[in-house]
Amino acid sequence: MSDSDTSIQEPETKPVIENQQDLPKFEKDQSDKITAKFGSKTEIAFVKPDRIRINVKKEDILDVASFIRDELNYDHAESVTGVDFPVDKEIEIVYHLGSYTDPQLGRQVLSLATRVPREDNPNPGNDSTRLPSLRDIFYSVEFHERECFEMLGVFFEGHPDNRRLLLPEDWADLPPLRKDFAIKGR
Amino acid sequence: MSSRLPPGLQLEKVDDRIMTLNVGPQHPGSGHMRLIIKVDGDRIVSCDPDPGYVHRGEEKMAEYRNYITNIPHLERPVIHDSCNILYPYCLGVEELLGLEVSERAKYVRVIASELNRFTYTLYWLAIYGIFLGHSTMFMWPAGDREFAIDLLEKLTGARVTHAYFVPGGVRNDLPANFEDVCLRQINYLEKRLKTYSDIFYDNPILIARTEKTGVLSREDAIRLGTTGTVLRASGVDYDIRTKEPYDVYDELDVHTNVLKNGDSYDRSKTPWLDMLESCNIIRQALEKMPKSGSVRVKLKPNPKGGNDEVYKRVESGRGSLGAYIVSRSKPEPYRVKLSVGSFRNLICMPHLLKGEKLGNMPAVYWSLNYWPVEADR
Repeated sequence: MSDSDTSIQEPETKPVIENQQDLPKFEKDQSDKITAKFGSKTEIAFVKPDRIRINVKKEDILDVASFIRDELNYDHAESVTGVDFPVDKEIEIVYHLGSYTDPQLGRQVLSLATRVPREDNPNPGNDSTRLPSLRDIFYSVEFHERECFEMLGVFFEGHPDNRRLLLPEDWADLPPLRKDFAIKGR
Repeated sequence: MSSRLPPGLQLEKVDDRIMTLNVGPQHPGSGHMRLIIKVDGDRIVSCDPDPGYVHRGEEKMAEYRNYITNIPHLERPVIHDSCNILYPYCLGVEELLGLEVSERAKYVRVIASELNRFTYTLYWLAIYGIFLGHSTMFMWPAGDREFAIDLLEKLTGARVTHAYFVPGGVRNDLPANFEDVCLRQINYLEKRLKTYSDIFYDNPILIARTEKTGVLSREDAIRLGTTGTVLRASGVDYDIRTKEPYDVYDELDVHTNVLKNGDSYDRSKTPWLDMLESCNIIRQALEKMPKSGSVRVKLKPNPKGGNDEVYKRVESGRGSLGAYIVSRSKPEPYRVKLSVGSFRNLICMPHLLKGEKLGNMPAVYWSLNYWPVEADR
């Protein structure tokens, strides 16, 4: 990122871990298991009651997701969200994971977030905005990832069906949930 | 069979027998969506759901409006269930802005959202009836739905699209005498609902058409990440109202209805059982509600959230409904994502319809408690 960009850069979400004593115990245990296994590869963004957020690099996301499924018993994705950060030249993909099988995890939603590079002139599917698909680990992400691909232009490698879902087949504009796609009159 | 056909009429390849059907996008039943179905004779070979015909970009629109002006348009995806679709958004904004909701407002919210479950589910049931050619089951729920709509009209001023929930409470207090009218109509509605089993759920024709069609096993229901009535019909005991109680649901006695077969019959019965449970919840809420008190926190104009994010979820008529709000110290949210039950249950369609008879398609499709407009957002 060039120096001129830093001046307008928006503040990032800082980890809210201030006082280790106040953190909810169950959630803290969960996040500690992940930190113990992956160490500095993962960053625990926050631990709140019933909510954990883990930031990982996109190279590690498959390992971390497999660990979350096999060891922590999360079994499905509630949603997959793409958030565009043009000032950082990155797009963030957040997987919200939950569990039906483990009664202890009924309240929990684990957010697994990663960032992919963003190109100013996107060519969805053929540029560097790509991420390994989590479909083999969490089958339920299938349609969510298709939605992310068309709405933000993030290509999911290994996804069997990277077709359009909600947008028209002949959509030729920018992926609409990118910040530079502006609504007319606003 | 084909060998007996005269020369020239014999089918050469297997592909020649496959026919593609476009079901939709203009109202395959209710709401706009398209199912691209390939059939071999009477059997469905593959089904490719193609939603998006009524995609309106609600999430994009939410990035341009402040937290309060987002309310009337964010409820549009499900106008019949508008209280429930606003519920997670309001819970999220309350956490971002640090608002404390009064006890009375929490109970009013529970009553409004359970009444909305009625209006949505009765509408859904009416369509399911007419899908299966049972026109009485179209008329009855459509007529009984008016009782719930009347109550909501008294409460909010609008028959549908209530825009009743606001961050910090609800828009207005209960009208005079609402508790008595509500109790009377809920008791009547419960009596009416029980008669549905005689004409619909115990009806041998309905049972013959829906039992053992489109069976979703417990493992598949979990693997596909389904939610709501689809999940509970497959034997998974999961309801946000009991697993992660929001507002005052932890003070109420909520019973989760779980059926185990996972076929279209169970999936069509679970919403009906949920409605009967809603009667109990509304009666408890009316009894326990504080008799007076404010129902709305006064907000500053253009309130700003911090650099934070929230993910809140509630149990809507179609299952878990989550709102993910990213805030960046502006009056407008940076990103709003609605994770809706219809979109999550969409993934079942290719799985359930494959190998099913074409005539069973409506019975399976609508039993998924799918609302096309909500899935498109």
